[in-house]
Amino acid sequence: MASGIKDKVAILGMGCSKFGERWDMEAEDLIVEAYEECLEDAGIETSRIDAAWFSTAIEEAHVGKSGVPLSVALRLPYIPVTRVENYCASGTESFRGAVYAVASGAADIALAAGVEKLKDTGYGGLPQRNRGVLQSMYWANASAPGSFAQLASAYREKHGVDAGELKRAMAQISVKSHANGAKNPRAHLRKEIDIDTVLNAPMIAEPLGLFDCCGVSDGAAAAIVTTPEIARSLGKTDLVTVKALQLAVSNGVEASHNSWDGSYFMTTRKAAERAYKEAGIEKPRDEISMFECHDCFSITELVTMEDLYLSDEGKAWRDVLDGFYDADGQIPCQIDGGLKCFGHPIGASGLRMLYEMYSQILGRAGDRQLDNPVHGMTHNLGGFPHQNVSSISIVGRYDG
Amino acid sequence: MIGITAYGAYVPRLRLSRQAIVEANSWFNPGIRGLAKGERSICNWDEDSLTMAVEAGRDCFAGTAPADLKAIYLASTTLPFQDRQNAGVLATALNLGEDMMTMDVTASQRAGTSGLINALNALAGQGGQTLYVAAEKRRTKSSGTHELLYGDGAAALTLGRDGVIAEFVAAHQVATDFVDHYRGGNEDFDYNWEERWIRDEGYFKIVPRALAGLFEKTGVKAADIDHFVMPTVMRPVPGRIAKKAGIPDGAVRDNLHGVMGESGTAHALVMLVDALQDASPGQNVLLVGWGQGCDVLLFRTTDALAGVDGRQGVKGFLARRKEETNYNRYLSFNHLVTQDRGIRAELDKQTALSTLYRKKEMLTGFVGGKCSRCGTVQYPKSNVCVNPNCGAFRTQEDHPFANIPAKIQSWTADNLTYTPDPPQHFGMVVFEEGGRLMSDLTDVDVGGVDVGMPMRMVFRIKEHDDQRGFTKYFWKAAPDHTRQ
Repeated sequence: MASGIKDKVAILGMGCSKFGERWDMEAEDLIVEAYEECLEDAGIETSRIDAAWFSTAIEEAHVGKSGVPLSVALRLPYIPVTRVENYCASGTESFRGAVYAVASGAADIALAAGVEKLKDTGYGGLPQRNRGVLQSMYWANASAPGSFAQLASAYREKHGVDAGELKRAMAQISVKSHANGAKNPRAHLRKEIDIDTVLNAPMIAEPLGLFDCCGVSDGAAAAIVTTPEIARSLGKTDLVTVKALQLAVSNGVEASHNSWDGSYFMTTRKAAERAYKEAGIEKPRDEISMFECHDCFSITELVTMEDLYLSDEGKAWRDVLDGFYDADGQIPCQIDGGLKCFGHPIGASGLRMLYEMYSQILGRAGDRQLDNPVHGMTHNLGGFPHQNVSSISIVGRYDG
Repeated sequence: MIGITAYGAYVPRLRLSRQAIVEANSWFNPGIRGLAKGERSICNWDEDSLTMAVEAGRDCFAGTAPADLKAIYLASTTLPFQDRQNAGVLATALNLGEDMMTMDVTASQRAGTSGLINALNALAGQGGQTLYVAAEKRRTKSSGTHELLYGDGAAALTLGRDGVIAEFVAAHQVATDFVDHYRGGNEDFDYNWEERWIRDEGYFKIVPRALAGLFEKTGVKAADIDHFVMPTVMRPVPGRIAKKAGIPDGAVRDNLHGVMGESGTAHALVMLVDALQDASPGQNVLLVGWGQGCDVLLFRTTDALAGVDGRQGVKGFLARRKEETNYNRYLSFNHLVTQDRGIRAELDKQTALSTLYRKKEMLTGFVGGKCSRCGTVQYPKSNVCVNPNCGAFRTQEDHPFANIPAKIQSWTADNLTYTPDPPQHFGMVVFEEGGRLMSDLTDVDVGGVDVGMPMRMVFRIKEHDDQRGFTKYFWKAAPDHTRQ
């Protein structure tokens, strides 16, 4: 039985660029913006980094393939740099690579960096991309919101939720994230909205309106990780360590076998079960202080609250309407604004979620600081409900 | 006895109101005002002669293709490929196997009947049965008379020796280069000559010659004709020809102008199927084909006609209709207007022909797999069984999905992705025998889709690769009008 990742790796420093429409910046500029903060936080020189992982998803739209763009941007000293991609969960993959390297002992200090420069594609939302030679011949003509909108019809059917009530709960999810994002100076969208604005917005993919969809942004984020011992030796006292790091990847069952009803994420449930076990969390609804989930669309966030076992099945929409996930609720969700308002530069998003959890635990979250959070969780998803990758990280104070 | 063993047809669901055409165009061409009555069938954006041919063929088979099929003909002047055998695509889509004669018949409005005569004559030496399909998606310029007169449709027949429902008695053909219209090579549209000349020098002189030839050959009397099937857009012409020939007035078949319009090369067969749906055993059905001459074919229905069931035919598909009053949508579907499609339409749509060949049963035939160990069916086939409790390697046997009833598990109407007819409806379609597909939906209306809706799979255009002139086909889920 594997011993798991718990408390083997500490976060030495993190950085995150401002997200948004960074018309004046190249991807390289965004990487440097995030890295400078990260390096300063870590209190080390670049020469101390043994290995790096670099996440971008739609690399053909900006930096290109390979680890080279990161190595060149930061003038890394001929160290191993690996480019990773796993749909929209790419950011957490770079973190996983760096954390595993440190945990294995292969590296003392490792860097994870992610970037996406989406605003040079000419598209409003995510750019239209080829699905692959065979897939493009038979996959449905689906946009990202269209794929995730499927959840709503299946969820309504399964739980007997009225379409209007579900739409209202989804709208409240966006209202909450906008309220949080408005307090975050690095967020892409910083305007509070009311529920009627959400309900009356133009329809993108039934029942998802414009405000049910997250922003598409430019941005970068980075983390430097090491062992708790080395962190201490570098003078760090207040340590945030990795408690769990799990990834579940669809194997085609959801897409091709009728055992899946289309109303939830099979992957998220598997990853969450493993993550709680790895972190030693028995009652997540009581033990998770806050979380950042992959709220690419409001309905994704809603079903994810159940898939993370924080809300009972079929009940998340009630928790949302009851304010359970608001900033002053029991488990604040998307306290930084989430993908919805902080923005979604794909390769950076998983690291951005960790940045917020790390900042909150260290008490650095400014106007949106929560009261003494212990465990922060991130949920970073990529793909479509019927075929996806779902990664979950739990970080928390180090008591060792 | 050689003859027709089964029939099928297809008429697209959309019917463009002629009033809508006239309202949009009479400012420019006031001469069309008298044609505002009724409606014409129009293809959805994802339908063409090939997709209609597939549907007509499926209707003709009523679920099961004859085991002794030896030949497949596809007659049309509007086939999607000039050099890629369209009948071959039809055969693959219908999963008819490869040891088979396949052939396109084209280049004249008369091709539908001339090819049929040939197919019937060839049966003697060929044995087995033949699938004969005619389909036409008519293409006209905007604002002209023909736009109002034409319609889109297809018909299919199986021909053979056993179980004949309409015996082929005889045929007579007159070939003469009477050019009432033509379409030059690489031209999109027809060029037409004066109607009065076509009527007086064409129909009134050439059709009677062909009829006389047939009557002389068979000894059948004009007065004994029960169904006179003569397609033409000149509505009074068949009646006058019948009268002059001595064919009873009541035998002249309606040309379906009011409900679908004239479907070109397919129309003689479309009208024939419509007639067979009305006919009783022991009747004489006279079929006329027109175009640079005239074909006449005489069929005599048999007692077996009464036993034909399970086919929609022309009448079934005509009953499944949706009125379209938006002339602009018709213009757009037929590429008669240049639209700003937006950046999402710019994606490169190249088809890897090697992949298409390797996966032709999967993509064109919609064949999935069935695990020989656990019996789970799935689409597409895979090396490892998808059943989480099985996972056997290399146990998948071919399992055709096209005719398995399905229903919607989840869906959306997507306004973001590019489609010629937004919003793009798609959803998880679950098959009764197991298996599923996140599938495009077609022939659905905004507000008309719901979880649990019964669906059937249909062969449709997936997209056009405009850059290379290639049309990509795949299967989509459409409401099953037989199970609503």
